[in-house]
Amino acid sequence: MENTMEKKLTAKNFSSGLPVKWCPGCGDFAILSMLQKTMANMGLPLEQYAVISGIGCSSRFPYYVSTYGFHSIHGRALPIATGVKLSKPELAVWVITGDGDGMSIGGNHLIHAIRRNISLKIVLFNNRIYGLTKGQASPTTLQGSKTKTTPLGAIDYPFDPTRFAIGLDCTFVARGIDNDIAGTSAIFERAARHTGTAFVEVLQKCVPFTDKEFDSLKDPATKEEMLLRVEHGKPLVFGKDKNKGISFRNMRAEIVEFKAGAVPAEVAIYDETNADMAYLVSGLPHPEFPTPIGVLKAVRKPAYEEMYYDQVKTIGNTKEHELEALLSGPDAWEIK
Amino acid sequence: MNNTKNSRNICVSQLDSVTVRFAGDSGDGIQLVGSQFANATAIAGNDLSTLPDYPAEIRSPAGSLSGVSGFQISFGDESVLTPGNKPDVLMAMNPAALAVNLKNLDKGSVIITNSDAFTPVGLEKAGYKSNPLEDNSLANYRVIGVPVNTLAAGVLKDSTLTPAQVLKCKNFYLLGILYWMYGLPMETTKAWIKTKFGKKSPELAAANAKVLEAGYDYAETTEIFDARFQLKKSPVTKGKYRNLTGNEAAAYALLTAAKLLKKKLFYGSYPITPATEILHTLAKHRAQDVVVFQAEDEIAAICSSIGAAFAGELSATGTSGPGLSLKSEALGLAVIAELPLVVVDVQRGGPSTGLPTKTEQSDLLQAVYGRHGEAPLVVLAATSPADCFDTTLEAARIAVKYMTPVVVLTNAYLSNGTEPFRIPKLSELPKFETSPLPKLENYKCFMRDPDTLARPWTYPGLAGYEYRAGGLEKQNIEGNISYDALNHEVMTDLRADKIARVVKEIPPTKINGPEEGELLVVGWGSTYGAITTAVTEARKTGLKVSSVHIKNIFPLPPDLGTIMRRFRKVLVPEENSGQFRMLLRSAYMLEPLGLNKVQGQPLNSDEVLCKIQEILRGN
Repeated sequence: MENTMEKKLTAKNFSSGLPVKWCPGCGDFAILSMLQKTMANMGLPLEQYAVISGIGCSSRFPYYVSTYGFHSIHGRALPIATGVKLSKPELAVWVITGDGDGMSIGGNHLIHAIRRNISLKIVLFNNRIYGLTKGQASPTTLQGSKTKTTPLGAIDYPFDPTRFAIGLDCTFVARGIDNDIAGTSAIFERAARHTGTAFVEVLQKCVPFTDKEFDSLKDPATKEEMLLRVEHGKPLVFGKDKNKGISFRNMRAEIVEFKAGAVPAEVAIYDETNADMAYLVSGLPHPEFPTPIGVLKAVRKPAYEEMYYDQVKTIGNTKEHELEALLSGPDAWEIK
Repeated sequence: MNNTKNSRNICVSQLDSVTVRFAGDSGDGIQLVGSQFANATAIAGNDLSTLPDYPAEIRSPAGSLSGVSGFQISFGDESVLTPGNKPDVLMAMNPAALAVNLKNLDKGSVIITNSDAFTPVGLEKAGYKSNPLEDNSLANYRVIGVPVNTLAAGVLKDSTLTPAQVLKCKNFYLLGILYWMYGLPMETTKAWIKTKFGKKSPELAAANAKVLEAGYDYAETTEIFDARFQLKKSPVTKGKYRNLTGNEAAAYALLTAAKLLKKKLFYGSYPITPATEILHTLAKHRAQDVVVFQAEDEIAAICSSIGAAFAGELSATGTSGPGLSLKSEALGLAVIAELPLVVVDVQRGGPSTGLPTKTEQSDLLQAVYGRHGEAPLVVLAATSPADCFDTTLEAARIAVKYMTPVVVLTNAYLSNGTEPFRIPKLSELPKFETSPLPKLENYKCFMRDPDTLARPWTYPGLAGYEYRAGGLEKQNIEGNISYDALNHEVMTDLRADKIARVVKEIPPTKINGPEEGELLVVGWGSTYGAITTAVTEARKTGLKVSSVHIKNIFPLPPDLGTIMRRFRKVLVPEENSGQFRMLLRSAYMLEPLGLNKVQGQPLNSDEVLCKIQEILRGN
């Protein structure tokens, strides 16, 4: 067997070479290349990766990556990935899902994967629409959005995936945007190194159905006013001139304006290990407040697979010669 | 029957087999007493078969008809293949247990009961207007009323146990009586009492043992017991034995299969009656190489197992009917991804929640056909509690050899019932083979073994063999996504052909009786004991009947059609409305007769015998 560890891999080594069949201009392309680069940077050989997906546009992802991959059935990527990780804990297991696949049909599995804190890197592509089935409202579609199933405007209250994961005490939660290559790549690198469940929401447009969805977060003229880039240990400052900050009074957020460079003490310093702060910041109402991006939560607690193998460490492997004793149990009898 | 006399002039009768039913409140420890009795018969060298029968509710009101729990055992020589039809002896702990079971007793059978429980309140709860022990309504039975509460309290009058604790020992009193009646050794139960209670409360252990012995002595000295019985022993193969339920046997088979394959075992499952005991058993054996995962739902359970199979480990899941329905989409994924997987379906009364603690054979067509698309897989059925071991082991062997999911059909009857299981030596077990890893330069992820058509089982961690599995149709050999019309048909045919080739694994069908005749009874799965007993009985009366019992449900044994055509008529008894009969009719263009029972209760040999007589004698 060749040892791929010995040569330094590049993003190109992580491309399967198959023609990528997303719509021209789709946000998925950028995410694919960022993730291929992240995988190359981790120093693990191809065979140590398993990329598992469900169903939807984003779930085609594994076909375009040269590692082991499994494009499974709608909503079920997480339990499949759980089986992979738990049986071969040495693997790096990435899960690619979308807002329909992960938050709707697969919602139950998402809750339980996060609850267990099993080391899966979950990337949820959020384009706020069912793209593959051609334009139905998803659990993240905003109220009032007109889709094929909501011709008068959606009335369902939407999920906010990042806030959902923080609410479930996920040990790593981050949000990125498809066009923010530097910021989102940095998030992926940290997710890749996290032990426990890492949940990354990537806001991503769908050209045919939600082309304009995140324009305000991307337009160079407005984006710095609309985005709050959170960073551990740094004040919550935003605005083109870095002249606005978030402060909390009685647990309520306020926007504070100040002269660039002179951040007043009342502006909160972000602490990614503080679950309550992450919950408050992820819940800042739109559009009065900017949309937080970056790593919102990162804490370390024992991962499911660590605890599983720790519990059985002293038991070791069942020995072949012990099988008969094992089958016999305590109450066998001998007939001679 | 040979009669001998012993010292107290008690008649000791030799019997081939006897059936005893324990019945009482579900909180009474009936299952416990029953399984202790079963172990004692096994150690005495008898063959045995047991069937617990308990209500779905954990605890119904004490003394109520709905709360009656039962445990039936038949033991004796090698003719014992079922837990028996009607009990020869009923041990009824209270009036409700008597009321529920009386309709199943033949006249002349023995009723041993706790007469202290026949209080006005107890009688009323059981719907008795007057006390049946006194009103002569049981004149046709041999009733032995023992004031167990009083006697047990007397035995323990010097103990420091509370009156409630004393009362809890009463079951052992009746067990002691039965041990005397059948000349069974008390040692195993005494040892069990010691391990069970000894550490926590040496006093309770001593009290239970004392009550057990007191019951034995009571029967020995009291004149109301005028008969003892000696059961013929079964000429069993030498070796080490234990009693196993079907669920335990399936769990141990999975552990064994992983060892034979030199891989980890991954078992992902979700609690469901009556399959949960497989999960419990395997959970006890968690190790570095035994990964047991309680999933959040049935779908996650099978999907986690599919994930582990993709990761190259021996994977299995267990469930019952409703869970099999939930798993059906994922089974289709395992079929198209061509991954090995064992699914143990412990059938129960359906549809929906149905009769969750009762038995049936009604998932057969779901197992064979219950998936969207053309999705063939292998279906096997176990024939007895101990056979759950062999069948599950065979399922794992086929799964990895052919890279396919295999469904094992057991049911509540097999999963809860016990019989002696001879512990095999590793060297006696079948070899496990997978198609060899191809050389890297020749490797394509959907290339196939020329004999089995299995694709190579490559998995994460193997450098150079990286591939993408998935639910989308794949290009033959290459394994990339393909929407090509003809390729889809080629792949569909290949998947079907692969499963059809599993017939090479099926041994010649054994015929119980002559190879041709008037009537062939074709059974499958859990009805083996009832059918074999009935057919053997019928032949003794001169009827020209034989039987075959099928474990390979899909694909069917290659010789079955020829065998069936050698008989004038074919009868298919089953615990459903005729599912196997439908399968046989479509496979062989024959018109078998049916005997169908859908009552949540196992078919018994009398019912099969009656049907055989009706067909052959026209009555």
